[in-house]
Amino acid sequence: MTKLVSLVIAEHNNASIKAATLNTIAAAQAIRGEIHVLVAGHNAQDAADAAAKIAGVSKVLLADGLQLKAGLAENVVATILQIAYDYSHIFSPATAYGKNVTPRLAAMLDVAQISEITAVNDTDTFERPIYAGNIIATVQSDDAIKVITVRTTAFDPVAAEGGGAPIEKIDAAADSGTSKFVTREVTKLDRPELTSAKVIVSGGRGLGSGENYKQMLEPLADKLNAALGASRAAVDSGFVSNDYQVGQTGKIVAPQLYVAVGISGAIQHLAGMKDSKIIVAINQDPDAPIFSVADFGLVGDLFNLVPEFTAQLSKHAV
Amino acid sequence: MKVLVAVKRVVDSNVSVRVRPDGKGIGLENVKMAMNPFDEIAVEEAVRLREAGVATEVIVVSAGVAQSQETLRTALAMGADRAILIETSEELQPLAVAKLLRALVDKEQPQLVILGKQAIDDDSNQTGQMLAALAGFPQATFASKVIVVDGKATVSREVDGGTETLSLLLPAVVTTDLRLNEPRYVTLPNIMKAKKKPLDKIKPEDLGVDIRPRLKTLKFAEPIKRSGGVIVPDVKTLVEMLKTKARVL
Repeated sequence: MTKLVSLVIAEHNNASIKAATLNTIAAAQAIRGEIHVLVAGHNAQDAADAAAKIAGVSKVLLADGLQLKAGLAENVVATILQIAYDYSHIFSPATAYGKNVTPRLAAMLDVAQISEITAVNDTDTFERPIYAGNIIATVQSDDAIKVITVRTTAFDPVAAEGGGAPIEKIDAAADSGTSKFVTREVTKLDRPELTSAKVIVSGGRGLGSGENYKQMLEPLADKLNAALGASRAAVDSGFVSNDYQVGQTGKIVAPQLYVAVGISGAIQHLAGMKDSKIIVAINQDPDAPIFSVADFGLVGDLFNLVPEFTAQLSKHAV
Repeated sequence: MKVLVAVKRVVDSNVSVRVRPDGKGIGLENVKMAMNPFDEIAVEEAVRLREAGVATEVIVVSAGVAQSQETLRTALAMGADRAILIETSEELQPLAVAKLLRALVDKEQPQLVILGKQAIDDDSNQTGQMLAALAGFPQATFASKVIVVDGKATVSREVDGGTETLSLLLPAVVTTDLRLNEPRYVTLPNIMKAKKKPLDKIKPEDLGVDIRPRLKTLKFAEPIKRSGGVIVPDVKTLVEMLKTKARVL
């Protein structure tokens, strides 16, 4: 049997390592081989230093070049290809970055990608959700190199400190010349981002209007330090824009606490939030399907219950 | 400029799928099928490019069973000019589809290939990126805005926490995200018109592509169901429960 060595493609901002990398390393640990971490970026020594401190990492590879600064898939993949054949497994987080880069790498290696794994059963067997998490498939790969993205919410992060891995420099591949970074606009959020929030307050058609959505949910979200979400019905009714949408065709979330307000619980919404740790539903229809997944249900008029909930929370900050 | 759009026939997003009792498959008999929602957005974007005079022809392609013709007809009714079905009843995984599309790209020489970012059945989110790799094209995934001018595509893409804009030299691959556009409804006259548009059928062998699956699914299972919760009588009890029982406050 070939030696088990895993490469983890770090997500970073050149100065520090993003948290998703720690969950990804946790998944790689289940392979029980050595773990190397690749930091591909520009002026990314600080990120490499941070990666070297992560518990369980035996080597950090640093590829540094201006053409790697923006994380363009073409250049990142060309860089990884130089070292990919040294590995039995290559992991990346199933974030926008990992999802963009990793399938391109897999195709260059002529191997399948195993997307968004939620469990490692064996060195070649993994569990992954399909049909928006309504079904869990157990899949086995016969490819020589297993290329994998990791659903970060399924793995507890490893410790960011405690390791002392050596850092080795590798060459950055030449610029492809076909793709150029233009600009990045970071959404100014006075709240946590939907996909990484610990608490989400989400609203549905029951709110009746965009104005009610704001009036009812924003104060509650403020108290809970929560991200705001919405059902497809609320988006379709124009209450909020569709980047708020939680569900099968929107964002898949798994916060510690999900508060569903005026959401009936259509299949496609449940698919996007049912892995939340605690679900609270507030709805006037006692037969609404949302109550079948809710840990705590409150039946009644949301226009009375939500402000009351918000008021009582002032005494219990999260 | 030719635009190639790939579409997949999937279980309608409103259908609740079930694992077959033996755990070896998913019960898809008599289930309503539809075009993958992200692929509808891809078709819409391509048709808009042609309506704006940027594209000259929109070719829509699907790989799969014979019934995928219905999906292609829908795309034609939305405004695509002609369709190609790569017909097979074999299981197709993303790498195989990417190889089939790459062979078609070689043949048709499109300047832009647009795909949905992800199919809502296998949730792989791979085919576009894989096609870009195999064809040697640049890629812009999860697009929320596409502008094509002077042999370049300027694409805004949805990344974690914001938007990023890339400039790609054509030919290029773009995959669509939800905010890119709102697909049009097909009208009856357009459905009638679509019946007369050309739809070619070919086989994977015609393209000389190895479509062997690389992943074997050992088991399908339904996730552990959430245990039924409790209905609490009032807000006070709810807050109390969240504090003491759930410990999230």
